[in-house]
Amino acid sequence: MEILAFEFPAAAEKARRAHIGVVGSGDLEILMDPSTDAKTHAKIQTSVAGFATTWKAVLERFLAQHPEAANIEINDFGATPGTVALRLQQMVEVSRS
Amino acid sequence: MTFTPTLSKDVLELSSRRSYIELNARDRARQLLDDGTFHELLGPFDRVESPWLPIQGIVPQADDGCVVAKGKIDGQPAVVIAMEGKFQGGSIGEVCGMKMAEAFRLARQDNEKGIPTRAVLSLESGGVRLQEANMGELVIAEIYAEMVALRKYTPLIVVITGPTGCFGGMSLAAGLATYVVMTRQARLSMNGPEVIEQEAGKAEFEASNKPFVWSVNGGAQRYATGFADVLVEDDAVAITAAVRDLFRKGQPAQLRTDQYELFIKRLSSLDTSKQWTGEDIRNAWKENAQ
Amino acid sequence: MSDLVTSRGRKWFEALSGKDGRVAGNPASLMVSPGTLGGENVVYVGIAPDPKSRFPRAGHTEVGVEEGWYGTRNLRAVIEADKNGPKRPIITIIDSKSQAYGRREELVGIHLAAAAIIAAYADARAAGHPVIALIVGRCVSGSFLALAGQANRMIAFDDPEVLVHAMYKDAAARITRRSVAELDKLGEEIIPMAYDIGSFAKLGGLYALLKVATPDLPNDVTTAQVKKVLVEAINDARRSPRTLDVRLESDAAKVLRKASLKVRRMMAEQWAAA
Repeated sequence: MEILAFEFPAAAEKARRAHIGVVGSGDLEILMDPSTDAKTHAKIQTSVAGFATTWKAVLERFLAQHPEAANIEINDFGATPGTVALRLQQMVEVSRS
Repeated sequence: MTFTPTLSKDVLELSSRRSYIELNARDRARQLLDDGTFHELLGPFDRVESPWLPIQGIVPQADDGCVVAKGKIDGQPAVVIAMEGKFQGGSIGEVCGMKMAEAFRLARQDNEKGIPTRAVLSLESGGVRLQEANMGELVIAEIYAEMVALRKYTPLIVVITGPTGCFGGMSLAAGLATYVVMTRQARLSMNGPEVIEQEAGKAEFEASNKPFVWSVNGGAQRYATGFADVLVEDDAVAITAAVRDLFRKGQPAQLRTDQYELFIKRLSSLDTSKQWTGEDIRNAWKENAQ
Repeated sequence: MSDLVTSRGRKWFEALSGKDGRVAGNPASLMVSPGTLGGENVVYVGIAPDPKSRFPRAGHTEVGVEEGWYGTRNLRAVIEADKNGPKRPIITIIDSKSQAYGRREELVGIHLAAAAIIAAYADARAAGHPVIALIVGRCVSGSFLALAGQANRMIAFDDPEVLVHAMYKDAAARITRRSVAELDKLGEEIIPMAYDIGSFAKLGGLYALLKVATPDLPNDVTTAQVKKVLVEAINDARRSPRTLDVRLESDAAKVLRKASLKVRRMMAEQWAAA
């Protein structure tokens, strides 16, 4: 298991709380809360070590579309970058519903 | 414009159905409760995770694989507990097991206070979580204690749909239930097929022979031999209706675990010198139905 | 008694009860006997080897379908007999290797047979019978759940042959893809995974961990020693609620079951607020 932490600049607008996913094989769980500062903090616990740059890239791509200030926690059980992007998108839909 | 169905009735039925098996634990709990009454306790944002998995390098889940929700069923206070089979095989560790035990305890206390509260347990479980071994054993014993105490007040319903099935410690929880609802895809067994094969050999139990495995512990066999009360299709609405109808039926004349005379009679009638098929047991049970 | 196969469980059953535990109508693997202890009537229960077991996958001290269902019938008879009078303590002497693993067992529903005896123990406890588990040997997996789990008080011998666990070490190593040496090392760090009874005691489940000079062969001194602790456990159980709460409320649990206690506290708060 590897634990990663990233910090990104964010918009003034705050994200809304949302939860999605399951820590099952090839899948992941995401918890999103509004952040108290104007930044987005991401903490990732992943079963697959050595993919820090991939995680950073996937999150940057996501945050370019959704810059709201958030604390994002991810519990990952070997999801592909495509699955990660899909779950992040679903999480936004959940946060808006 | 007219539409001429070219699909068979079965296929049309299938396509209009919403699968329960494909729902995650949270959506299962939501499904079983009356619309708009789902209120989760110790949800993911409470972050009460397993303290034992991360120190072994295993990624935890924020709800430890167990969703507890208070709400209503058929207009009556209820609690639904749903295990997530995809997280660590639905295994029972300290936190998820305690959530289950405490939910039963609080439901029983409400019943004692005159608030009739029903309970449903939606199970997907491979048994005790080996990474929490003895802690799991202790917690499972506490779950049983609360189940036995609660079922005096209200029917306690276990739902097993698959895909994981219900094995090990949680198969005994199904045994303690007032009623058991299963699908054909579900399996209910104390020992997993691989474990039996490992312990006793392929001639005893061929774990890779799926039709054989289902003929022993599959939902259809469990229903035919009285270990399950209802056999339903994998349809979220039908499963919800089955649970509601069992609550409407109320307490049974006799709990399954009180049927020791019947089971002793059945066991005595069997020729244990040979191996049996699922059909042998269906027939033997028919001969000793009472 | 000459045709009976001996075992640690059988020896302690016979030493404590003074009987062989055979009851007409019961399988030979099930030992049940009334007895007296500390001036009151008690009931002793245990599982013994039975080479002639009707179920070939049972008979080596396993909890099988017969042990489950006949055990249930015997326990229910005790509850019924004491319904309107003093509730006799039920003392289960445990040296039981595991549940039985077999095709026959699964076909006839060993999960239900095990559930039935668990319900019987739990109902006995709730009715006011002090339910005492005396773990003198193996008490693994289904044996723990079926025979010990519902006891008001669990007592274990402090001895290397005493084993409470979810799974034997070799099987656990196979399934978790670890070596036995790795499992041993892990058990030093992760107390719930350890195989020694001292580590199990740290989880708060045991009333007493008892150093007995002759764990394999009870004599007058060690039998008296065990009886004394059984009497204390019975008295302690009678003074306490008829629940399993004593385990979670123990000093040991305050250290290693912090998460359990947190769940209990938060669930109660959120339940009341919901």
